[in-house]
Order: sequence, then C-alpha cells, then structure tokens
Amino acid sequence: MFDLLGTKLASRLLLGTAQYPSPAILAEAVKASGTSVVTVSLRREMAGGRGGEQFWSLIRSLGVRVLPNTAGCHSVKEAVTTAKMAREVFGTPWIKLEVIGNHDTLQPDVFGLVEAARILCEDGFSVFPYTTDDLVVAERLLEAGCKVLMPWCAPIGSALGPINIMALRSMRGNLPDVPLIVDAGLGRPSHAATVMELGFDAVLLNTAVAKAADPVGMARAFSKAVDAGREAYASGLLEPRDVAVPSTPTLGRAVFS
Amino acid sequence: MKLIVNGEALEVEATTLAALLKELDYEGGWLATALNGDVVPAAERTEFRLSDGDRIEILSPMQGG
Repeated sequence: MFDLLGTKLASRLLLGTAQYPSPAILAEAVKASGTSVVTVSLRREMAGGRGGEQFWSLIRSLGVRVLPNTAGCHSVKEAVTTAKMAREVFGTPWIKLEVIGNHDTLQPDVFGLVEAARILCEDGFSVFPYTTDDLVVAERLLEAGCKVLMPWCAPIGSALGPINIMALRSMRGNLPDVPLIVDAGLGRPSHAATVMELGFDAVLLNTAVAKAADPVGMARAFSKAVDAGREAYASGLLEPRDVAVPSTPTLGRAVFS
Repeated sequence: MKLIVNGEALEVEATTLAALLKELDYEGGWLATALNGDVVPAAERTEFRLSDGDRIEILSPMQGG
C-alpha cells in the first residue's frame, strides 16, 4: 500500500479523466489501471446543462478518490478561486495546483505557484503542486506548506518521457522523505518504469492512456510498468559500469588447448 | 438587471444568485459559483444580492488531467 498524506492507496498510478473516446472507455480504463485516484476539473456549465452531473455520477460510481485540478488557470487569483470552488463541489481538500506561465509549453509559473500554494495551504488545502523539476522551486513549495510535490518530466501531453534525468535524480536525492509524483510528459510505460526506478513515489498521467489506440490496454500496461519500476527500485538496482563482468563463473572453466 | 454569466451578457429579473440559477434553469448540488472572481458558497446564494454588471461564473465537474 502507498501512504499518500495519510491515505492508503492500492496503486501508485494516478490517472487523468480527459480525452477518452467515450465515458464507457474512461470507466474501463480506470478499472484496468487499478488506480485509486483520478484527476477531475471544473468548467462552465451551460444553462439547463447536465453534463457535469453525468460526469460526476460516473466518477462516483468508480469508487476512486478524486484530485481536482486548477487546469487552465494563469493567475494566482484564478487558481485560488478555482481551488475553493473545487473543494465545495468535490468535497475534498486535495487540489492539484496548476498556475500556467507559458501558453506554448504549459510550463508552470513557479512564482505564482508558490504564492498560490501558500494561500491554499494556510486555508487548509492539501496542495499537490504541478511544478517543474527545479529543486529550489521544490524547496520553496515545501516552505509554503506543501507536503507532496508533482514535478513534470516533460511538457504536458508531449509524451517525451523523462528529458532531464539528472534533475529528477537530484530532486529525489535531496528530498528523500517528500512524496514525489511525476506528473506530465510520460508517453510510454517504459517512461513510467524509468521514473519509478529512480525512486519516485507515483506517477500521474492522462494523455498517453486516453489517446492510445486501446486506452484500456494501455492503462493496464502502465499499471504493470509502475509496479515493475517500484519493485525494481525497492529491490536495489545494479549500477552501470564501464567494463564487462562475466556473469558465468570462471572458476572451474575447462581448458581445451 | 444586466449581468455577465459565464462570459455571456444577459438581461435577467433575478436579484439574488439563487434566483438567478433558478431563472436560468441551473440546478444541482454539483454546481459551483463565483461572483466577480470570488467564490460564493452554495449556502450563501439565497442571501447574495446581485448588482448591475456583475460577472458570474457557474461551473460544474468536468474531465481533467
């Protein structure tokens, strides 16, 4: 079991709920992934609309926790207001805090992020900040009251996988006791396994599953990769070396000449 | 009264947020509301009086990553 802020979770894979071909496939993918936590959002409802009701009803039927996000917010004020609205609707103090700083890269505005995180932590939220892989920003977020961090490994939806292994290693090594969830940029199950092998506590992904030809199969594949990476990390990985070392014992080798 | 509701200019009869939701056929416990950028909790909508030009956001659960 994975202890996340005092909550025991069966899976180290957190899954987004956007971009699936249909609500039925979303539901099947969530089940296939084995996830315990899905991300959700808030958007404008049309007059007389029931879209939000139908979606929320589907999510509640899946028996998973929700992690609402502040996706699309570009200012501290927007993010804080959205977080408060999400807390009321979804009934949870958990918030995936996004303060976007750049339209093209969807890179977090880390300065606004720290400011919003401080406001929300003081207001009793459990803030899951979507941040970069910058260690100093991570430390500022912890000072602001965050108990968990969600660094990207590449831009949202890029499927590039971990593009700066050194930064991820540094963050993991410097913050050994902080739950670290790699959020954004994962494209393949091997990417998820790689960051889990580095010792990250969990991964959060959406597009790589939702936009796969078979989202349900891909959800299952990511689930296995996350488990494999975690077990490998826990089992102690062999460090790379520059010379060959025979795996078959040389002692007792026959001599024929 | 003239209001901006979810980005759209509207002329309405309602004078409170609760009355506005009813007039525009919004109902349900899954809705969240904000007025001029600040949250208005569901419990305060009946008392919350609107003014000309107010900007109202009415949000509901949606897919998210």
